[in-house]
Amino acid sequence: MITFEQVSVRYADSAAPALDGVDLTVPEGELCLLVGPSGSGKSTLLGTVSGLVPHFTGGVLHGRVTVGGRDTREHRPRDLADLVGTVGQDPLAHFVTDTVEDELAYGMESLGLPGDVMRRRVEETLDLLGLADLRDRALGSLSGGQQQRVAIGSVLTVHPRVLVLDEPTSALDPGAAEEVLAVLQRLVHDLGTTVLMAEHRLERVVQYADQVLLLTPGAPPVLGEPAEVMAHSPVHPPVVGLGRLAGWRPLPLSVRDARRKAAALRTELTGRAPSPTAVATGSPVAVADRLAVRRGPVHALRGVDLALRPGEITALMGRNGAGKSTLLGGLVGLHAPASGSVRVGGRVPHRTRPAELIREVGLVPQDPRDLLYGESVAAECAAADAGAEPGTCRALVERLLPGIADTAHPRDLSEGQRLTLALAVVLTARPPLLLLDEPTRGLDYAAKARLVEVLRALAAEGHAVLLATHDVELAAELAHRTVILAEGEIVADGPTAEVVVSSPAFAPQVAKVLAPGPWLTVGQVAEAMGA
Amino acid sequence: MSSTARSTRPPTGPRQLHPGAWWLWALGLGAAATRTTNPAILLLLAAVAGYVVAARRGDAPWSRSYGAFLRLGLLVLGIRLVFAVFLGSPIPGTHVLFALPEVPLPAWAQGVRIGGRVTVEGLLAALYDGLRLATLLICVGAANSLASPARLLRTLPGALYEAGVAVVVAMTFAPNLVADVRRLRAARRLRGRADKGVAAVLSVGLPVLEGALERSVALAAAMDTRGFGRTADVPRRLARATAALTLAGLLGICLAAYGLLTAGGAGWALPVLLLGLAAAFAGLLLGGRRSVRTRYRPDPWALPEWLTAGSGAAVAALTAFLAVRDPAAFAPTVVPPTVPALPLAAVLTVLLGLVPAFAAPTPPRRAS
Repeated sequence: MITFEQVSVRYADSAAPALDGVDLTVPEGELCLLVGPSGSGKSTLLGTVSGLVPHFTGGVLHGRVTVGGRDTREHRPRDLADLVGTVGQDPLAHFVTDTVEDELAYGMESLGLPGDVMRRRVEETLDLLGLADLRDRALGSLSGGQQQRVAIGSVLTVHPRVLVLDEPTSALDPGAAEEVLAVLQRLVHDLGTTVLMAEHRLERVVQYADQVLLLTPGAPPVLGEPAEVMAHSPVHPPVVGLGRLAGWRPLPLSVRDARRKAAALRTELTGRAPSPTAVATGSPVAVADRLAVRRGPVHALRGVDLALRPGEITALMGRNGAGKSTLLGGLVGLHAPASGSVRVGGRVPHRTRPAELIREVGLVPQDPRDLLYGESVAAECAAADAGAEPGTCRALVERLLPGIADTAHPRDLSEGQRLTLALAVVLTARPPLLLLDEPTRGLDYAAKARLVEVLRALAAEGHAVLLATHDVELAAELAHRTVILAEGEIVADGPTAEVVVSSPAFAPQVAKVLAPGPWLTVGQVAEAMGA
Repeated sequence: MSSTARSTRPPTGPRQLHPGAWWLWALGLGAAATRTTNPAILLLLAAVAGYVVAARRGDAPWSRSYGAFLRLGLLVLGIRLVFAVFLGSPIPGTHVLFALPEVPLPAWAQGVRIGGRVTVEGLLAALYDGLRLATLLICVGAANSLASPARLLRTLPGALYEAGVAVVVAMTFAPNLVADVRRLRAARRLRGRADKGVAAVLSVGLPVLEGALERSVALAAAMDTRGFGRTADVPRRLARATAALTLAGLLGICLAAYGLLTAGGAGWALPVLLLGLAAAFAGLLLGGRRSVRTRYRPDPWALPEWLTAGSGAAVAALTAFLAVRDPAAFAPTVVPPTVPALPLAAVLTVLLGLVPAFAAPTPPRRAS
C-alpha cells in the first residue's frame, strides 16, 4: 500500500538528514507502529506519506514514496486527500468548522462528493465512532477523547485507504486513549484501512500493532514483527521490560499475554516486597483547606484538602477536565479560591507579589514554551537570574541536562531540552514546592528517564514535587503518593502502590501483570530478584 | 439534480431557517430605519426585531450576541448625545436648556465650539440621529443572533467560498488570541513578574503572534490534507469573463448603494442596482465552475424563508414609499420641537416585520 524507495529527507537549515535510507513496504490493511526517540524522523516519515513533506514543509526529498500507486512528489496533499487521512496530536488544530456534523462532512465537501453520499457516510461514521449523540454539539464543548474521535472521523468520511496518525493518544487520559485505540482497531479489522501511527506511549499501543518500524538516528530503520523488534528496541513498554527480565519467549506485548506467562514469576516473588519508600514527615510546605475554585460557570474544584510535604513526590491524576490544572493554578495564585483557603509557605498565593511567590512555589506549565520568551538560552537564563546569583540558572541547566548551546533559540530546542530549560528557570528562585503540569507529553523514553532522575534528586534535596499527569507508568516509577481527582474532588489519596493497584485505569502494566503483588515497576522486580 | 434535492434538510419540523432569509429580513428592517428619524417608529422597529429574536433564536453560542449589540447601540446613542452637549450642534435652537462654560478657541478654529449653550433642538436632533444608528445596529445584532455569520458564509456560491473560509478562520482566531494572551500573562506571573497593567499585555505580544502564526500554519496544513483548494480546470476565456463580470457588477452595486442612500439618486439608482446585481450574479455562477466543492445538507428555501425575507423587503419598501408621501411624520421637525406623530400606516408597516416570529420554524433545542 505504501512503499518507500531509498527515501531520505534533508531540511535546508540542518546538516544531517532528518530521514535517511528508508526502503520498505507497508502492506494493505496493517497497523504499522512507528517507534524511535525524539528527532529520529517519525513526523517527517509520516509527512512524506501525506504529502506535507516536501510540499508544505520544504526540504529536499530523495527517493520515492508511493501511496496506493500515487507518487507523493507529484501529488500535493490536497490531491492525496481522497487516499490518505492525516490526524495530528492536537485535534483542535485540525478542525475547520464548528459543529461535529459539519466537521465530518468537510473533507467530502472539498472532494465534491454528491449530497446523498455525504449524508449516508456521515451517518455511518457517527455510528462507527459512537458520536451519534454528539452530532449537533460545538467542537469546543467536547472532551479530549471525543475531539480526537471526531478528528479521526472527519478524515474517515472520505474513505481513505491509508490513515496517518501522529501521536493520537499523547494528550489523552488513559480512558480516552482506549476509546481512540478501540476505534483504530475496528478500522483495521472491519474496513481493511492501512494505519501508520507514531506514538511515544508504547504501553498503550504496541499490542495492537501488526508491524513495528523502529527508527534510530544514524542507523537504518528496522521493520518487523512487534515481538521481534521489541526484543532489541531501546524504547519499549514496561511489559516488554518485564518479559526481557524474566526471559519470556516470545516476548509478551499485552498485559494479558504477560499474565499467562507470569505464574512462575509470581510464585518466585511471593514473600518478597519492594523496598519501602520513606514516608515524608516534615511540616507541609503547602496546604489547601476545603479549597473551591470556580472558572466561569464551572466548579473546577470543590472542597479539596491537600497537604504537600518536603521530599515527597505526589502524582495528581484524573481524566481530562477533572481539575488537575486548576489545582496547580490555585497553588501558584492564578485562580482565587471561591471558598476555602490555600497557603503556600504561609502565604496566600493569589495575594502575594509574583516576585516573592516564585521563592515559595514554581510551576512548569503544560507547554514549557509559555514560560520562555527570551531570544536565546543565555538571555533566558540571564532573565531568570534576577534576584539570584548571576549564573545560577545556567549552572542548573548544565546540571540537569548538559550540552544545551547558549545561543540556541528556546523554540528550536527539542521537547526534552525545552522542559529542562523551563525547569531550570523555575528552580533558579529555589522554591521549596515544585509543580509540573503534564511534563511527559511529547517526551521520549530517554528524556523521560532523565526527568525521573532529576525529579528524584530534587525530592532528595527536600523539594516537594506535585505533578499532574496522565502517564500511569511515570507515576508508578516516580511518585511516593498519588492523588486522584474527579469532578473537582479528591477521590483517592495515598501511597502510590495502594492507590493505583486497586484502579484498573490507573494501574501500571507491571502491577496488572503481577497482581495481587505490590509491584509497580520493572526496576522493583529486578531489584527483588537480584537480592 | 435529484440527489441534491434529497440531501437538503427536510423543510418540516423544528429546523434552522435559511440564514440568508434572516439576513434579508434584518437588512430590510435596517433599511427601513435609515428612512426615518421618527423616534416612535425607530423604537417600534427595534422592539419588533427584539421580539422576533426572543421568539426564534436558538441556543448556540452566537445566539447570545443580541444583548451585546443592544449595549453597543445604547453606547453609540450615548456618545452621540455627549458630543452634542459638549461640542454643540449645528441645529439653530432657541430653547436653551443650560449653558456650559465655553472654551475660547483661536480664530482659525472658527466653526468649532467646545462647551456653550445646549438647546432642546440640538439635543433632539442628536437623539433622533443616534437612535437611527442604534436601531440599525440592533437589526444587525438580530440577524447575527438568529443565524451565525459562519452559516451564512457556508451558503456562499462556490466562487466566494475561499474568501468566506478566510473570514471564518479569522473569526475563530480572535477568541484564540484572547485565550493566548491570558495564558501568557499567567506565565509571566510564574516567572515572578507583574501580570497586571499595559506593559504586561504588551510584553506577551510577540509570543502571542508566534503562537497564532504556528496555529495558522497547522490549520493550513490540516486543510490542505483534507482537500481544501482542489480546483477543476476551466478555459482561460471563461476565467477572464468571470473576473470582468464580477468586477463590473460590484462597481454597479456600490454606485447604486451610494445613490440610494443620498437624496438625489432615486431615479437612476434602482436600474443600476439591478444591472450590477445581475452582472455580479452571472460572474459568481461562472466562477463556481472552477470549484469542485459540493455542499453537505444545505438549508432548504421554502415558504417560511419566502415569508421571512418578504416581510423584511415589505417593511423596507413600504417605509421608503410612505416616507416620501408623508415626510412630516417620518422626519419630525426639531426646529421648533414637535411631538412626533405615529401614523397608523407606519405602525402597520413596521408590524409586518413580526411575520417571522410566527412564520419561521422553531429552531431545534438541545438538552445539553
